[in-house]
Amino acid sequence: MLPDAEQVLAGLVERMRGAVAHDARFVGIHSGGAWVAERLAAAIPGDHPVGYVDVSFYRDDYGTKGLKPEIKRTELPFAVEGATIVLVDDVLYTGRSVRAAINELFDFGRPDRIELAVLVDRGGRELPIEPTYAGARLAVARDLSVVLSRGDDGRLRLATEPVENPDA
Amino acid sequence: MRNPQLNANGELIHLLTLDGLPADVIRRILDTAHPFVSIAEREVKKVPLLRGRSVFNLFFETSTRTRTTFEIAAKRLSADVINLNIATSSTTKGETLLDTVDNLVAMNADMFVVRHAQSGAPHLIAQHLNRTGRSHVHVVNAGDGRHAHPTQGLLDLFTIRHYKRDFRQLTVAIVGDVLHSRVARSLIHGLTTMGTPEIRVVGPQTLLPTAVEAMGVHVCHDMRAGLKGCDVVVMLRLQSERMKGALLPSAGEFFKHYGLTAEKLAAAKPDAIVMHPGPLNRGVEIDSPVADGAHSVILPQVTFGIAVRMAVMSIVAGN
Repeated sequence: MLPDAEQVLAGLVERMRGAVAHDARFVGIHSGGAWVAERLAAAIPGDHPVGYVDVSFYRDDYGTKGLKPEIKRTELPFAVEGATIVLVDDVLYTGRSVRAAINELFDFGRPDRIELAVLVDRGGRELPIEPTYAGARLAVARDLSVVLSRGDDGRLRLATEPVENPDA
Repeated sequence: MRNPQLNANGELIHLLTLDGLPADVIRRILDTAHPFVSIAEREVKKVPLLRGRSVFNLFFETSTRTRTTFEIAAKRLSADVINLNIATSSTTKGETLLDTVDNLVAMNADMFVVRHAQSGAPHLIAQHLNRTGRSHVHVVNAGDGRHAHPTQGLLDLFTIRHYKRDFRQLTVAIVGDVLHSRVARSLIHGLTTMGTPEIRVVGPQTLLPTAVEAMGVHVCHDMRAGLKGCDVVVMLRLQSERMKGALLPSAGEFFKHYGLTAEKLAAAKPDAIVMHPGPLNRGVEIDSPVADGAHSVILPQVTFGIAVRMAVMSIVAGN
């Protein structure tokens, strides 16, 4: 049974309040991370401009899976050089998306510091990457993926979907 | 027989022509090109998608712009680019096209960008690779004879969509030497597939292909009638060798009737865009004030061309 995404988000905001630099830039990983980044930036005191990365051009599974359709634009409306950046994703799993996002950020400049905030950490890491802030830690079967969706009213919702081939 | 540019799952593995390419494949290429446009604005104008892959530019016919934009596109995808100067290569020593290809595959080529004066040469290479179980080596047609120039057609579509949004509302005029133009053929196929309701070809009878109406276009010999109410005006390059032949009295005569001037452009819609695949013949098919004027999107076409070629290469190499 998955927790309520709005409650998890509220807990994450509490954890980050006071801990995040007041001028930190929030960068959401498309698409779920982008929604969470917008909500965090609005709820956490300080001046937090929001940017977005789509890591499709930096993924390490391009050689086996090719390019996914509907790639969004990476938009960082601020200087990355010297900035404190909070990278935001909805679900942290293998760590590969985060690795790709960090690589992409460095193509824009050298940040002073990058922190990682995730709504849900489901374990299963394949890279040495750990979140600075996590809303919830969940154990989820390997043949399920955890998916965040956003309703027309802006409310976030967590669900699981079966994965066809978990080893692919 | 299966379309050799698609695999069994209908995914694009080579780009040979826009003729018969499904609308959803075209839309996917245009959508993928969109995020690539902004990469040129970054400090590091590169993404690592094709890192370690080798792209061979095989230009059997000279070209500066197309070869350069393909080279830039491949380099921005982090591929290694090898330009073969065919004029001084083994083809002049008698080697066949497919032997050249086999040798380059033996050097672990991952992609060929092919321009050839013979229509169908890229198709022949792609079929050869598919038939010999090497469809992981990809072919992109950079212009073959009078047949097709699909990446130019796609960058034209991208430009039109960028400025005019919906293909299904547009009137497009393609003006000049349609007969010898692979650019025109590719654009007509692309526009037709994307549902453009009114496509006109405008030019003298001698420079229009016979039965061009069968491609679903309207023929106009009068420039002002052809441009009336147009959203998009695509000017084609008049190749200098045509001016010397029997097809035209003179370049001056051509300019008088079919050269795009501000006065003729006034027949089109006030917000019409003017396109040209380059290189420009100023004072032959287009007047300088129009080429440099507010309606002209000729230079944005060049910029978009790099993004579109990045999209094509990264889609085919991933399938």
